[in-house]
Amino acid sequence: MRTTFINTLSELAAADERIWLLTGDLGFSVLEAFHARFPNRFVNVGVAEQNLTGVAAGLASCGKIVFTYSIANFPTIRCLEQIRNDACYNELPVKIVSVGGGFAYGPQGYTHHGLEDLAVMRSLPNMTVIAPGDPVETDLATRAVCARPGPCYLRLGKAREPVVHPQPPPFAIGQAIRLRDGRDVTLISTGGMLAHAMEVAQQLSREHRVDARVLSMHTLKPLDEEAVHAAARETGGIVTVEEHSVTGGLGSAVADVLATMDGARVRFRKFGVPDQLHHQIGSQAYMRAVCGDLAAAVRELLA
Amino acid sequence: MATPAQDTVELARRIRAHCVRMTHHAQASHIGSCLSVADVLAVLYRDVLRVDPARPEWPDRDRFILSKGHGAAGLYAVLAESGFFPPAWLATYGDDGGRLATHVVRYGVPGVEFSTGSLGHGLSVGCGMALAGKREGRPYRVFVQLSDGECDEGSIWEAVLFAPHHSLDNLVAIVDYNKIQSFGTVKEVLDLEPLADKWRAFRWAVREIDGHDHRQILDACRALPFEPGRPSTIIAHTVKGKGVGFMEDKLLWHYKSPTDEQLAAALAELGATR
Repeated sequence: MRTTFINTLSELAAADERIWLLTGDLGFSVLEAFHARFPNRFVNVGVAEQNLTGVAAGLASCGKIVFTYSIANFPTIRCLEQIRNDACYNELPVKIVSVGGGFAYGPQGYTHHGLEDLAVMRSLPNMTVIAPGDPVETDLATRAVCARPGPCYLRLGKAREPVVHPQPPPFAIGQAIRLRDGRDVTLISTGGMLAHAMEVAQQLSREHRVDARVLSMHTLKPLDEEAVHAAARETGGIVTVEEHSVTGGLGSAVADVLATMDGARVRFRKFGVPDQLHHQIGSQAYMRAVCGDLAAAVRELLA
Repeated sequence: MATPAQDTVELARRIRAHCVRMTHHAQASHIGSCLSVADVLAVLYRDVLRVDPARPEWPDRDRFILSKGHGAAGLYAVLAESGFFPPAWLATYGDDGGRLATHVVRYGVPGVEFSTGSLGHGLSVGCGMALAGKREGRPYRVFVQLSDGECDEGSIWEAVLFAPHHSLDNLVAIVDYNKIQSFGTVKEVLDLEPLADKWRAFRWAVREIDGHDHRQILDACRALPFEPGRPSTIIAHTVKGKGVGFMEDKLLWHYKSPTDEQLAAALAELGATR
């Protein structure tokens, strides 16, 4: 996803001189091409995320569209108040990009696990929050974020995520993409769990005759409430799927919608990272096991 | 708008009177911090900053950020006196539903460059503005007014590292060194000394001035940048509460709002009326 992001951003920057890219000294072997091509609109701020975000806000106040780039929790939680006050409160187009959402840096330990970022960023007024599901969505989301006024958060995976969309789907911020239709249950996925959600949907169909709808909820804020309503009305249950704490992320956002929906009576389950301290380390695939077994969770919900 | 002040001394006096009235009206804190920067604000807005109240968003205007956002009354006062908005607005400071929050707000207030309040934000933002100007060859300058206590914030020093690295000689940091922070003197709470040497060690060009001497403030500003290729620091030695005898150099006036009697006494000393 990070390669797709930087390729798309470079293409956009070639056509729009307002686009700048700032990094907090991360992105080795990823950002060099942008730097070489647009030296005047690239800054490595150093290992200083508060300054990264404040400088971005200052540039944005001068008419620039400024991307800040770092990994895991560094461009988000480390400098949360700069995001809240300098970008959101001052209504500036600062576009925060974090690479390595969830357990992409799993072996590196809890400091590098991005598990609360969606919850935290979603709580900020004036913030758009997007976690694309695959490289195709990453390309489309990068374009959409560039065109959108105000601060945005783009949460990416890292590298070698599978392509889920055979063709680029219609993409709009705040509109879920339906990848698969079904009536028994809806899997609402955000971020890099999309491929897994699709695999599980196919497995459920093949092995258990469970017909699952799959939505890519790439935008957490503003959330596509209508897609949630439709899932509640038209299918037998909803399971949210995210590589993020079950507290405050996609599951909580969908639960908020369901709790206030007229006449909603739907079985609902949040599939994600349990809200507890994780001392384990391991590859992304290994660490994802802390979420449990998605197919089993769906079958349990429908039982 | 009322008749413009004849000179910076008159302007500073008016700013102080506004600040006393405003903090009394809102029963707000931080009058001491407003009074200590009044002279710098007067000289900047009257004789230094290239700004135009008729075009507050003019792209090549000089930028001023009050990073010590608790000095908001002083900034609003000088903006009103400079014609950015009607002085009558000042009487709504801190009101329910009003626009002038007691920490600096940009939304709906012409002339305010950046909303602040939490300390340690403004210098980074100023770095971004200065970097945009530098890389695009624009003539504007960026002034960031810091407090002394604010220099406790680590984020300040991130920005202090950044600006010389990028040769931002269009950036000026002014430290309102009134020697009193929230819980006591700077020396007691977290000593900043040697403050000028710290900035110099980070490769800023530094001048120390009496922050109440208008000649010194103006001379320093006319000498900007102090060294080509380097950002400039003005350490303005000031007195908290300056201009109102019973408030001067008193920690209490970081918090306290004037009573009716204290308002009258302060205005009398400032030669102003309610």
